[in-house]
Amino acid sequence: MTENRVDLNRQLAQMLKGGVIMDVTSPEQARIAEDAGACAVMALERIPADIRAAGGVARMSDPAMIRGIQEAVSIPVMAKCRIGHTAEAAILEAIDIDYIDESEVLTPADNVHHIDKASFAVPFVCGARNLGEALRRIGEGATMIRTKGEAGTGDVAQAVSHMRQMMSDIRRVASLSPDEVYDAAKNLQAPLELVHYVRTHGRLPVVNFAAGGVATPADAALMMMLGADGVFVGSGIFKSGNPAKRARAIVQAVANFSDAKMLADLSTDLGEAMVGINPQEIALLMAERGV
Amino acid sequence: MKRIAILALQGAFAEHAAMLNRLGAETHYVRSLSDWLMPKDALVIPGGESTSQLTLLRALDLLQPVRTAILDGLPVFGTCAGLILLARDEDGTPRDGLATLDVDVHRNAYGRQIASFHTIGAVDGVGQDVPMTFIRAPYVNAVRSADVHVLATHEGRITAVRQNRQLATAFHPELTDDTRIHEYFLSFL
Repeated sequence: MTENRVDLNRQLAQMLKGGVIMDVTSPEQARIAEDAGACAVMALERIPADIRAAGGVARMSDPAMIRGIQEAVSIPVMAKCRIGHTAEAAILEAIDIDYIDESEVLTPADNVHHIDKASFAVPFVCGARNLGEALRRIGEGATMIRTKGEAGTGDVAQAVSHMRQMMSDIRRVASLSPDEVYDAAKNLQAPLELVHYVRTHGRLPVVNFAAGGVATPADAALMMMLGADGVFVGSGIFKSGNPAKRARAIVQAVANFSDAKMLADLSTDLGEAMVGINPQEIALLMAERGV
Repeated sequence: MKRIAILALQGAFAEHAAMLNRLGAETHYVRSLSDWLMPKDALVIPGGESTSQLTLLRALDLLQPVRTAILDGLPVFGTCAGLILLARDEDGTPRDGLATLDVDVHRNAYGRQIASFHTIGAVDGVGQDVPMTFIRAPYVNAVRSADVHVLATHEGRITAVRQNRQLATAFHPELTDDTRIHEYFLSFL
């Protein structure tokens, strides 16, 4: 992948900022998401809450299902492959996907290695719980980062803790003297030049979205307040009582996250939210996959 | 000091603000009607997703006030999604966006992300070797009024236009270090 391709792929993520990326499982849901103002959709066969319920091995979606969604909407279409599954990624690249999510929501295919994302022309987004994880993924070629949160729970607490950890790590690195960067890179287990970048610029070299447990407009606004560049919403929309209305409200809440009066209006009369589960109640913590 | 309102509903608005601030302009973000009512000398509509921005413009009751202001002569600069929002027609059909710029636009004209590219080219009134970054970019099929001047083309397709005090590019000058197109826009004020 040339420098130019890396820039173009990071720049597409810049265009998504301030937006909401929604999980969709059919062309109809994709159209609801687009009409609500989503800046992209994530095409997958089962949303994370259903992946949890079904158990077993969760894999890349059928390309026919993804193509149906690509034909239904004009916004960017993303899709997930398993961590370390280079062949699934190659298949998604071959069908012209706009962004690949190498995602812990699917069952990892490689318990040690991630995909060598720098060898692809198509861009990748990866999950991270802290700065070290984010910089390892960027070192492998990811051009966008999202917090892992805990997908399919409807519980925002893990996304909050990952975003706070990331921002706190960044502030700490930015405060280091130049000769302290080497030890920081060792402790973060991250590429040295990327730690230098964070120290100099006080931010990640790529866009950082929030993901994993966002279920309400207030959840989405909270993640923006914590410094997210935008928000992924997985199960929160299409597991709720009125998906179209909730989707519109979350899009507006992200655009106007600091306007409390507007958030109050947006939170009004939304119908049933998804039934949440706490990470303490579940056996499988997806966030611990692929660190 | 020139005061530039930047539509900040979704997309790369911060990049425009950074570039305009470098050029000495004051900027403020527009996310609501009350933001819109603040004094301003011009408007910038950033790149992002045009459907997302248009949905929010409508939901926030901003579409008509912004459209009226542009028709009354407020200078406006749209990049990528901004060009789409300003365009009157899309592939021969009237658009229901701002529709103040007499051009016919083609969205996602180069294809999906894999087809995004960077090039350099001449921009009339701006100069030679202007860096141009196209991200899932549109182009202009045709101009619909003699008032519209074509400023740049790429492989025969129109990629930058000016109609009186409306400027629009299919590419993203805010993603480069080259400030010339923003300087050109500020010269309208």
